[in-house]
Amino acid sequence: MEAYLDNSATTRCTEAVRDVVIHTMMDDFGNPSSKHMKGVEAERYLRDARETIAKTLKVKEKEIYFTSGATESNNWAIIGAAMANRRAGMHLITTAVEHAAVLMPMHYLEEQGFRVTYLPVDQKGHISLTDLEQAICDDTILVSIMYVNNEIGAIEPVAEAGKLIKSKNPGILFHVDAVQAYGKMTVHPKKLGIDLLSVSAHKIHGPKGIGFLYINEKSRIHPLILGGGQQKGMRSGTDNVPGACGLAMAAKEAYEHLGESTEHLLALKKRMMDGLEALNRSLMGQPRIVIHSEPGERSAPHIVSAAFPGVRSEVLLHALEDKGIYVSAGSACSSNKKLPVSTVLKELHLKPELLESTLRFSFCRYTTEAEIDYCLSALAELLPVLSRYARH
Amino acid sequence: MFKTLLIKYGEIGIKGKNRHLFEDALVRQICHALKKVDGEFSVYKEQGRIYVDCDDDYDFDETVEALKCVFGIVGICPVMKVEDRGLETLGQDVIHFLENVYEEHNQTFKVFTRRARKSYPMESNDVNCELGGMILNAFPGMRVDVHNPEIMLHVEIREKIYIYSRIIPGPGGMPVGTNGKAMLLLSGGIDSPVAGYMICKRGVKLDATYFHAPPYTSERAKQKVVDLARQVARYSGPINLHVVNFTDIQLYIYEKCPHDELTIIMRRYMMKIAEHFAKETGALALITGESIGQVASQTMQSLAATNEVCTIPVFRPLIGNDKQEIVDIAEKIGTYETSILPFEDCCTIFVAKHPVTKPNLNVIRRSELKLQEKIDELVKTAIDTTEVIRIE
Repeated sequence: MEAYLDNSATTRCTEAVRDVVIHTMMDDFGNPSSKHMKGVEAERYLRDARETIAKTLKVKEKEIYFTSGATESNNWAIIGAAMANRRAGMHLITTAVEHAAVLMPMHYLEEQGFRVTYLPVDQKGHISLTDLEQAICDDTILVSIMYVNNEIGAIEPVAEAGKLIKSKNPGILFHVDAVQAYGKMTVHPKKLGIDLLSVSAHKIHGPKGIGFLYINEKSRIHPLILGGGQQKGMRSGTDNVPGACGLAMAAKEAYEHLGESTEHLLALKKRMMDGLEALNRSLMGQPRIVIHSEPGERSAPHIVSAAFPGVRSEVLLHALEDKGIYVSAGSACSSNKKLPVSTVLKELHLKPELLESTLRFSFCRYTTEAEIDYCLSALAELLPVLSRYARH
Repeated sequence: MFKTLLIKYGEIGIKGKNRHLFEDALVRQICHALKKVDGEFSVYKEQGRIYVDCDDDYDFDETVEALKCVFGIVGICPVMKVEDRGLETLGQDVIHFLENVYEEHNQTFKVFTRRARKSYPMESNDVNCELGGMILNAFPGMRVDVHNPEIMLHVEIREKIYIYSRIIPGPGGMPVGTNGKAMLLLSGGIDSPVAGYMICKRGVKLDATYFHAPPYTSERAKQKVVDLARQVARYSGPINLHVVNFTDIQLYIYEKCPHDELTIIMRRYMMKIAEHFAKETGALALITGESIGQVASQTMQSLAATNEVCTIPVFRPLIGNDKQEIVDIAEKIGTYETSILPFEDCCTIFVAKHPVTKPNLNVIRRSELKLQEKIDELVKTAIDTTEVIRIE
């Protein structure tokens, strides 16, 4: 049996997504910039895609800009907003647990003379609104907060943060990295006070290499990619029609079934967490399992993060892999650094033994209970053996 | 302008009656190396010289790069090959050569003629003087310096006449395959690929053994070793890489023996298994990347303890090298970047905090007695399940 429990790293495309991508690559393959009928037809595809996505967010079509994915969206939102507003101020705020695609642009801007405040998080990964309030100064121009933490699933208080920011100074731009939230929960930027929102397609059963940035029509940011003037000059480069259509299809499918899939994911999460608790009891503390993710509304329905002290995460990961179970140690995007201990987990102030033994199980609406059970039984079999050979 | 490369070889020139064997091996290795370069090449021996004739649109840099990986080559000289049509014409050829090869003509030079065709009407020294005079007339800025010339202009008079001034250094050593075969213990580290390179340089063909320990080491760690073997194979030619699954042996040792002796005992079994494959494949020695005192398992006492299980010679070409010296070679041969990729190898996963540095052979032997029950069977299984990957 196989159990793919790494859906926060990437997901499998749905058949409908595959079909529309192939169709816009093989049959209606035009370039929207062409003057002829093939171009007009392609433009129509692009407009439809934009419309579909805009509907899911309850925003205007013209506020959606396609990008190569969330890394580009995050880079663009942050650097573009900072550059366009630097005369208003040089101060930025973000959290200490953002994805590298937010943190690295922030570091880059620090080198360019901006000041950045990194908000700390509590043991469960949440920022405090008091911290945020105190961090906002007269020359703050941008706040960037992730919606759902990719490693432990904590949901940040985005709505409250949006309200707070706008009440302090409506001129401050609010960016949200919604990669792990979009398609999993209702996200209405206008209601939440969000000006900029980054999304990636391949986390919601769409293709890789495509994503979008929502830009509130009233917000001003600079383009990063200059060229032929596509997308109103804000993001040049030949329009990725197959990608956009694939993304739109994935979004449509995700939101069509949002109610049932949320219910399904919550059931899976409960099953996984209950299973881990039961396993914890049966192992009699050999090893002891520590679950980082919370049940309830403050945590995403599709992510369970847990530590297995005494068993290094990489070893457990490969042992599970051997049984056809695919999970992630820390965040898949950070796996190539020496000592691949996640910065997010460090920010939770976990003990080293928890840091180096944490695995992330992430689900999608196609994940089955049988897969969860298979994973739990594999853990029950592997943990007693592997913990016997712990490094000392 | 250079359609011919003259290959200089050093040591094999003095190999007496076996000389042709070495030359043939060198020709063979050159042909093999040039297979990977686009174009037609003809490689031939003539009067104690090896020449490579290249086709019209060969890539000079790529060809030279390929030849720099062929052991036995001391120098690669791009030569101009001309017909013998009398001294006047030769003078024009030489001037033409200098015009084309050098942009400026204000250097000191010396003409160095060698007359392999003794029927040539003039003696070498007279040719030197005549050509030198012609060059001085043609390029008023050039001066003769017979002791320390900036340009050493070689003129070799054979059936045809060869003119060259540049000698690109080759790797030296002896052609691979002229000195038998050895088995390299290849880990993912910096040292072992370099050790393989050093022995290979002496004309020794290589096979390799790698120990992996899933799930403690990952598929990526194995891929890294395959990549390293591929780099070494640029010099050594094809390598049969034996991938041994070492997990069960390692866990068994871990369970039965004192943990501070783990590394030494493990390495003894690695040597035994590598020697088994050496004997099976006709390799006459083992090669390791050990260097005295580098780590606990490479003290003199530790080396003696691991060496004791071997019945064939163990070559340790890096034994007297400092780490930096090894790194320098690794960078030169292109293995360094791959070597430092952060994947655990099976030597580090169970390493004790304070491993023994001066193992006592009697103590080690006594510890190994505790393995009696199952070790032979485990070793046999490891050998039987070994995967052999052909690295080209």
